[in-house]
Amino acid sequence: MNRIEKAFKNKKAFIAFITGGDPDIETTEKLILEMAESGVDLIEIGVPFSDPVAEGPVIQGADERALRAGCTVDKLFDMIARVRGKTDIPLLFMSYINPVFVYGKEKFMQRCAESGVDGIIVPDLPFEEKGELSGECGKYKIAQISLIAPTSGERAEMIAKESEGFIYCVSSLGVTGVRGEIGTDITGMTARIRRVSDTPCAVGFGISTPEQAKEMAAVSDGVIIGSAIVKIIAEHGRDCMEPVKKFVREIKAALV
Amino acid sequence: MENRKGRFGQFGGQYVAETLMNNIHELEKAYLHYKDNPEFKAELRSLLQNYAGRPSLLYFAGKMTADLKGAKIYFKREDLNHTGSHKINNVLGQVLLAKKMGKTRVIAETGAGQHGVATATAAALMGLECEIFMGREDTERQALNVFRMELLGAKVHPVTSGTMTLKDAVNETMREWVSRIDDTHYVLGSVMGPHPFPTIVRDFQKIIGEEVRAQIQEAEGKLPDAVVACIGGGSNAIGVFYEFINDENVRLIGCEAAGKGVETSENAATMTLGTVGIFHGMKSLFCQDEYGQIAPVYSISAGLDYPGIGPEHAHLAEIKRAEYVAVTDGEAVGAFEYLSRTEGIIPAIESAHAVAYVRKLAPTMSKEQVIVVNLSGRGDKDVASIARYKGLNIIEK
Repeated sequence: MNRIEKAFKNKKAFIAFITGGDPDIETTEKLILEMAESGVDLIEIGVPFSDPVAEGPVIQGADERALRAGCTVDKLFDMIARVRGKTDIPLLFMSYINPVFVYGKEKFMQRCAESGVDGIIVPDLPFEEKGELSGECGKYKIAQISLIAPTSGERAEMIAKESEGFIYCVSSLGVTGVRGEIGTDITGMTARIRRVSDTPCAVGFGISTPEQAKEMAAVSDGVIIGSAIVKIIAEHGRDCMEPVKKFVREIKAALV
Repeated sequence: MENRKGRFGQFGGQYVAETLMNNIHELEKAYLHYKDNPEFKAELRSLLQNYAGRPSLLYFAGKMTADLKGAKIYFKREDLNHTGSHKINNVLGQVLLAKKMGKTRVIAETGAGQHGVATATAAALMGLECEIFMGREDTERQALNVFRMELLGAKVHPVTSGTMTLKDAVNETMREWVSRIDDTHYVLGSVMGPHPFPTIVRDFQKIIGEEVRAQIQEAEGKLPDAVVACIGGGSNAIGVFYEFINDENVRLIGCEAAGKGVETSENAATMTLGTVGIFHGMKSLFCQDEYGQIAPVYSISAGLDYPGIGPEHAHLAEIKRAEYVAVTDGEAVGAFEYLSRTEGIIPAIESAHAVAYVRKLAPTMSKEQVIVVNLSGRGDKDVASIARYKGLNIIEK
């Protein structure tokens, strides 16, 4: 069983997102270890990008801070290699396609494998274009995570059939960010997926409270929380450890 | 020039969020249906003739030709279209298409404001709600165009993310589109973005080159030796080039913005300095660093101030069918003044980039040869910023 499969085994997975290098690489490194200790089952690390088109203001701000502080994907690989010596938590990259493409697809996936990245989520690589990375991902055994959106309709089956790792179920239209309420019929979405695939389904976009987490986990295999954590990091900077841990424990408690 | 779906050689594609995929498939389906639909074609033709003022003139610039002592110079007068630029060709097509698809709201990005004004105009005419996203820096550079859009009933959102220019306006329009898809069509302003946009926009702009072919045949009895256009995303250039791609003796020359010089960090010279990347839905050339971070670009022209290029241009460059040159701010401002004084035509600062290159090219050619320059827009919008560039203060009280 690989690390991603373990994260979903016999429990609702709690997936946390942070932007790599926000506010600096050292804080990201510490956050990964502390969040793993505090009950997070899988961590998504955002590769900061100059133009994060799928992101709302909170994560846009994190990308800007990380880039200003000099974060590069090379520094993220080095940091992950260090972290891998200390924790077994599955680690995923969330990256736009351009940083991967320009770095060199082969070199990128090779370094993922060497440093211990388990998978990659590319929000601007839909099913029709996933061939852009599937050769390299397959060669280095990096799971290519697919997204399914509220507008996917009949596309859900097609995507689910070829899914790996887990399926990222996008709960809402629009960009990432905290939302008061989630209107999408997640039950319908996961039922559609279940007809063709056993890949675990995790719900993300807009989840920020233990209540929402509980509600979404009841109809899926896990929840993804990003902006709510990034907001705490934005507020507290390097001193974010305690408040992030507190928040993460509250979410975890709602999922068990 | 399209081989497999939405590709021009290695360039193009559909690199967008899953949320948008069904919608852009729908758009493609609707476009393929309507583009050959006689009723749609007749409606669009009527709008282009009776509302936009097509065909636009092909004007022989006699004084400029005499002054430069080389090839004969003709201007394709897209500046005389309603709303003052070639942008109206694409916008009338797309807004009509949006209406046929049952959309009630259009959104668009704008750089110089020309595309925003054109979109607001078409939306007013066809009764659609309209919102325009414009980099805050550009709303300041082009304040009159902001007011113009508001007069036309559009809501203008100043974009404060990133570099606050055209690329950020595109980002923000995409974010808006992904938030509200059902009733909204994104009227993309250039031959860029995910398939089918580069093809749709080209098809609505190719009328420029089709008219040029007939007009130059009538005036000169032959095809031009060179066709020259300025290039930001590349819609006016592809519009005038497309008809001539198979005429190998016609040189096609795109003039991009070198800003303060291609040797400086302040330029928007994607074809000269860019590398292959994937951004804004397409694989193409971009100004970016070794980590794929998109570079902040600069040009005096808000319309050419974009770090990418339409995928069909990247392909035309790769197969060496078209040439691309870079023109500095200084050369463009010089051409802006030159054309104003020589021919009594004030060009858009974007179009002045093409005029600047023709000032160098024409004297190297013989008097029997012919150059057609696409004068993509008029310069009224730029008068204040040219004054600023020259250090003059002409604000009306």
